[in-house]
Amino acid sequence: MPSIGKRREKGKIVASLEEAFRLAEVRDGMTISFHHHLRDGDLVVNMALDVLAGMGIRDLVLAPSALFPVHESLLRHVRTGVIRSIEGSVNGPVGRAASEGLFSSPVILRSHGGRVRAMQAGELRVDVAVLAAPVADAMGNLSGISGPSACGSLGYAFTDARYADRVIAVTDNLVPYPAVPFSIPQTLVDWVVPVESIGVPEKIVSGTLRVTRDPLRLIIAEQVAKVVEESGLFTDGFSMQAGAGGISLAASAFIRERMKAAGIRGSFISGGITGRSVEMLEEGLFESLLDVQSFDLEAVASLASNRGHAEMSASFYANTASKGCVVDMLDAAVLGATQVDLDFNVNVNTESDGVLLHGIGGHMDTAAGAAVTVIVTPLFRGRMPMIVDSVLTVTTPGQTVDVVVTERGVAVNPLRKDLLENLRGKGIPLVEIGDLKKMAEEFTGIPKAPSFGEKIIGIVEYRDGTIIDTIRQRI
Amino acid sequence: MKAKRLRRTSLYVPGTNPGMLANASVYGADSVILDLEDGVPVPEKDAARILVRNALRAVPYRGSEVTVRVNALSTPFGRDDFQEIIPLAPEAVRLPKCESADDIREADALMTEIELNNGIAPGTVGIIAITESARGGRNLSEIAAASPRVIALNYGAEDYTADIGAVRTKEGRELDDIRAKVIVAARIAGVQALDSVFGDVNDMEGLYAEALRVRLLGFDGKSVIHPRQISVVHRAFTPSEQEIVFARRVMAAFREASSRGTGVIALDGRMIDAPVVARAEKILALAEAAGCLSGER
Repeated sequence: MPSIGKRREKGKIVASLEEAFRLAEVRDGMTISFHHHLRDGDLVVNMALDVLAGMGIRDLVLAPSALFPVHESLLRHVRTGVIRSIEGSVNGPVGRAASEGLFSSPVILRSHGGRVRAMQAGELRVDVAVLAAPVADAMGNLSGISGPSACGSLGYAFTDARYADRVIAVTDNLVPYPAVPFSIPQTLVDWVVPVESIGVPEKIVSGTLRVTRDPLRLIIAEQVAKVVEESGLFTDGFSMQAGAGGISLAASAFIRERMKAAGIRGSFISGGITGRSVEMLEEGLFESLLDVQSFDLEAVASLASNRGHAEMSASFYANTASKGCVVDMLDAAVLGATQVDLDFNVNVNTESDGVLLHGIGGHMDTAAGAAVTVIVTPLFRGRMPMIVDSVLTVTTPGQTVDVVVTERGVAVNPLRKDLLENLRGKGIPLVEIGDLKKMAEEFTGIPKAPSFGEKIIGIVEYRDGTIIDTIRQRI
Repeated sequence: MKAKRLRRTSLYVPGTNPGMLANASVYGADSVILDLEDGVPVPEKDAARILVRNALRAVPYRGSEVTVRVNALSTPFGRDDFQEIIPLAPEAVRLPKCESADDIREADALMTEIELNNGIAPGTVGIIAITESARGGRNLSEIAAASPRVIALNYGAEDYTADIGAVRTKEGRELDDIRAKVIVAARIAGVQALDSVFGDVNDMEGLYAEALRVRLLGFDGKSVIHPRQISVVHRAFTPSEQEIVFARRVMAAFREASSRGTGVIALDGRMIDAPVVARAEKILALAEAAGCLSGER
């Protein structure tokens, strides 16, 4: 009979990932999930797959909330049969490999909210979740707010911890029990594996989190702020989500100025949280921040110290099958695009050349929920028009998109006559979406569409589980 | 009517950058300057000339007047610039290093020849003359009067102050003399007076102060080197509420007097003469451009 002291000291700690996988009884064909809060600085996904490959495991389904360029080395495990398929967002080289036909079955792309719904419904059954934990204690209380690999919110990992059959936490920062405050409780975690490092700090924080200085993008951002200001929603209690792209950040900065000028006190900012959002919280411009993903160190520090800055799960954020999610309370969402078409459908997955390079994120969720969804895009990038007849991939349906803002004009979805009325006569250069397309083509002409083969390499699932589009192999 | 065109801001765009050439008109400048001169290093003059020519052919510059700063005819590049650019009929060329009426006449003759060779009505392309030396400063009146093509006078602050031996300062007192000369010569000739650039693209307060000062001196506009400077200059060129109210009253009195068939206009017991009416017209044009009259900004 083991002594009480020994149990307390050791908790759920196991010596290696391999041992944890053996305890989890990992077998061929299982589904293994990961979260992406460490983004391009993540070391855990590659580490785990190398161990599984070394154990001779094959035919795995990988279910990451997202993969980044750092995960390119996984491709060798696809080639050798360790990985069979991916259900989850792919960014960069893994998506490109999918477009080239590397996978035998299509990548299933879901939004942040859609991923939770699929797990909840049993459509995505995870056998083992591997959670990178910047803070962990021996019993598996986990958090992201400190340590050498601090990433802030663990919003996406909540889902994996909640729905996976077995949960392995991997940490480079084992702290004395109890790790308070914790995000994921010990009641959901089976084993804790200490390793030397789970992430590269400078790559956890995205390098793109700077307000753009590009004057063209600043024009777009300023128009976004005008649209928001005149939308009819710009009153006390206003809520918004703005991404971490340069235009979105600049738009937030302009909205902030306008809130100050108008003396408006907002309700909340949701989604990916940045230092800019934190500043607005601390200035009293917003009551709270609802954080599913912290994008920079200021956001990480704020999550640890600001009472108005709350961590939320992906389900709380965007799951349409939950009993209520945050996106449905949003007034304004400012979102990007790689293409927009004449029906206001938005593509964020494939580039103009048809290659799968991006995940969905919360795009379709916030678009569906927000009272006003604003898509920002330059009219053309390089030699490619961004406004087209039909997008190559429908990520977010046009019915959920209200306004498209470019540097040369602002198009309002004809379905939103109310909004159009509010914006008319306010100095906003309103144009038809077809005119934006014509303007783009005056510069670029109409490029030849990319060619696709028969093989389907990607499936875009809407947040309710409906398949809204497929992506075919590039030829 | 070119002289009447609003030219509060003229944005310099280097002729070597295709992206900037394509997007030059989206920033809201009244006029854009596709630059072949100082913004282009000598080894890239040929390439820039081709890029600017193609931009004039293909880029739809909606909303902004399009002009080209060519190289002076005294340089090895000027003549080729004219041959490439004039057939595409930009609204004006900006002619640097204008020292005398001869410079204008030489350019005029060449432009007429090229226009005729290309089926363009002679005189279609205007000239905005840029003076950059003491000699040019002395001859501004004859430069302005040398051709009906001349629609505006401008000066190059850096070259001019270097030529007269002045030191460039933030306050710009060293430019008082040339500014006065440009204004007077422009008004005598009935053309516009355009101020030079403000070099510090990060000092918006300094830019605003300078732009406001030159508007009050009588300038019609100012050149800018960064899109961020445009809205600041436009703000400085936006008349105050009192100016707009007074201008409206002057115009109302003018219309009322005209309808009565009298040339005598009185407002608040004071006589209003033609310059006051002209000033009121200009104020209202600036106000309209700034969106102060229609609620548009």
